[in-house]
Amino acid sequence: MVGKPKVLSVNGLRTSFFTDGGIVPAVDGISFDLYEGEILGIVGESGCGKSVTSLSIMGLVPSPPGKITGGEILYGGRDLTKLKEREMRKVRGNDIAMIFQEPMTSLNPLFTIGSQMTEALLIHTNLGKRKARRRAAEMLKLVGLPRVEEIMDEYPHQLSGGMRQRVMIAMALVCEPNILIADEPTTALDVTIQAQILKLMKKLNERLDTAVLLITHDLGVVAETCGRVIVMYAGQIVEEGPVTEIFRNPQHPYTEGLLKSVPDMRFKQERLEPIPGNVPRPGAIRHGCRFAARCPYRFDRCTAEDPELYGTQPGHFARCFLRDKKEETAHDETLVES
Amino acid sequence: MLQYIGKRLLQLIPVLLGMTFIVFMIIRAIPGNPAQVILGQQASKEAVAALEAKLGLDQPWYTQYFEFLMNIFRGDLGESLRTRSPVADELWPYLAATIELAVFAMIIAVIIGVNAGIISAWFQNSWFDYTAMILALIGVSVPIFWLGLMGQWVFGIEMDLLPTTGREDVRNPVHAITGLYVIDTLIQGRFDQFGQVLRHLILPGIALATIPMAIIARMTRSSMLEVMRSDFVRTARSKGQKMFLVVYKHALKNAIIPVLTVIGLQMGILLGGAILTETIFGWPGIGRYIYDAIGFRDYPVVQSGILVVAFIFVMINLLVDVLYSVVDPRIKYD
Repeated sequence: MVGKPKVLSVNGLRTSFFTDGGIVPAVDGISFDLYEGEILGIVGESGCGKSVTSLSIMGLVPSPPGKITGGEILYGGRDLTKLKEREMRKVRGNDIAMIFQEPMTSLNPLFTIGSQMTEALLIHTNLGKRKARRRAAEMLKLVGLPRVEEIMDEYPHQLSGGMRQRVMIAMALVCEPNILIADEPTTALDVTIQAQILKLMKKLNERLDTAVLLITHDLGVVAETCGRVIVMYAGQIVEEGPVTEIFRNPQHPYTEGLLKSVPDMRFKQERLEPIPGNVPRPGAIRHGCRFAARCPYRFDRCTAEDPELYGTQPGHFARCFLRDKKEETAHDETLVES
Repeated sequence: MLQYIGKRLLQLIPVLLGMTFIVFMIIRAIPGNPAQVILGQQASKEAVAALEAKLGLDQPWYTQYFEFLMNIFRGDLGESLRTRSPVADELWPYLAATIELAVFAMIIAVIIGVNAGIISAWFQNSWFDYTAMILALIGVSVPIFWLGLMGQWVFGIEMDLLPTTGREDVRNPVHAITGLYVIDTLIQGRFDQFGQVLRHLILPGIALATIPMAIIARMTRSSMLEVMRSDFVRTARSKGQKMFLVVYKHALKNAIIPVLTVIGLQMGILLGGAILTETIFGWPGIGRYIYDAIGFRDYPVVQSGILVVAFIFVMINLLVDVLYSVVDPRIKYD
């Protein structure tokens, strides 16, 4: 992927929620680049900040209580965090589009599919109603829906979950955005439908050259779809790299734990190994490695200092002192002990 | 849908029957009798008995009730005991006055109430939200007679801006065609009178609108708050839609059903006679017409008047139920 131009650059993004119980840093200084035409996965458990990241990019963090408190999101030479609402509206749906987890509730139940499909076109393009409708119908065909003309006049409750998610995808892509953010697009669907939707997203990514930011908690989804993946934990990126690389050779203990807790069909008898402990509440750990309390390789430095992202291979980084060149020797010893 | 409406109309029959029976019995439970009221305190027993016989009041109650029902089925609302003219003819001008006032008041209540509720929900916990909700609380609690009298005093007497009683300028009376003066004056092209009629509507209209307005505002706010958190609102925003349209198109349509219910119920109450408001503002409406008839023990007027009001009430509620399915395609009758 490196070599292709960047379409989106997130630098040191911080998004916090100002609640009665204090300030909760849901996203705590994350940086990544999204390249043209790639599918980048963001994976992590619930509450790790992956959804807040995507909403921050869209400028849709519920505010109050949420607020972007630092960093920048660069798109087309502009910092999206600095745009006025009016300018941001032109970006949403037109340059960056989003699909959500719940196809059941993400479509407005009282408007026809046609009216919801053409809405973004009527906002962002000069197409008339008739042309917008034709364009919307083409898009619905492209996502593999049957009897498109009828569906245009139907309401969401008349469609199945899988069909609705196809409609959501078509709706997001109808203005041909450069970036598609998909927040858990398959989580609410049956497994067979999941596979279809993922295949569809991959096909559209290749065909329309739209960069996709795929947010999921499911490593299987990442393995099937993404080229690169970012692993998030407690508001931070803990590992970033090519999917094949990370699956074969995870560099962060958390990633390793995640992979071990996924069932592998090749070894039937093997018991799954869950990661001990729970995800810390965002903001609960202010010093040291966020994962230290649950980490089997923990040593003194982990709770004393904040680890950085250390490069292990070209394009592969991990936020772990074990990958710090200075710690190489200590690392070996720890591994022997465990 | 037509089948559903037909079914609902059939269901109305027992409701209205029961209602006529209750009203029939209650009015007769009030001490005093129409013949005595008409003839006065000094009348002889024989004269009263003769008049009773003439009015058919000497018959047993079930005969009278049966007769009343038969007349209703024939579309005859009976005759006023006092004026000897058909209730149907007498009733309409009063009903028209009430409809005009109620519709005017409801328009004010809906426009202000719905918008205040939407803006309060949109900017939840803002100064607007707090102010609007405090006003709404005051609105539902303030006694109408006090509000009406204050309105008359401030805008009618002190500032001399608006008329305080009646529905027209008595020196320049409206020639009634439909009985709805706003329409009558427009048909006749009498714009001077049209202005007068509107001016007469303002004070009683606002007094009458206050409670429904407050209830509608509170209902709209709570319904909107729920809808604004929906996923599809976020979807609409993610398309780049203007917040105004997200709120007024996507969210409002989803939030409007409970509000419609409240509007329907309140409209029924307003039409049922805002006796207090009509009395304070000298408004010749149905509430006062029935109230006066009770004083005269004018049984047919009370019975038929209340029947008509009840009929309108249930028809409005039927209309609201039909509107649900227009707003929400998931609601299907049949």
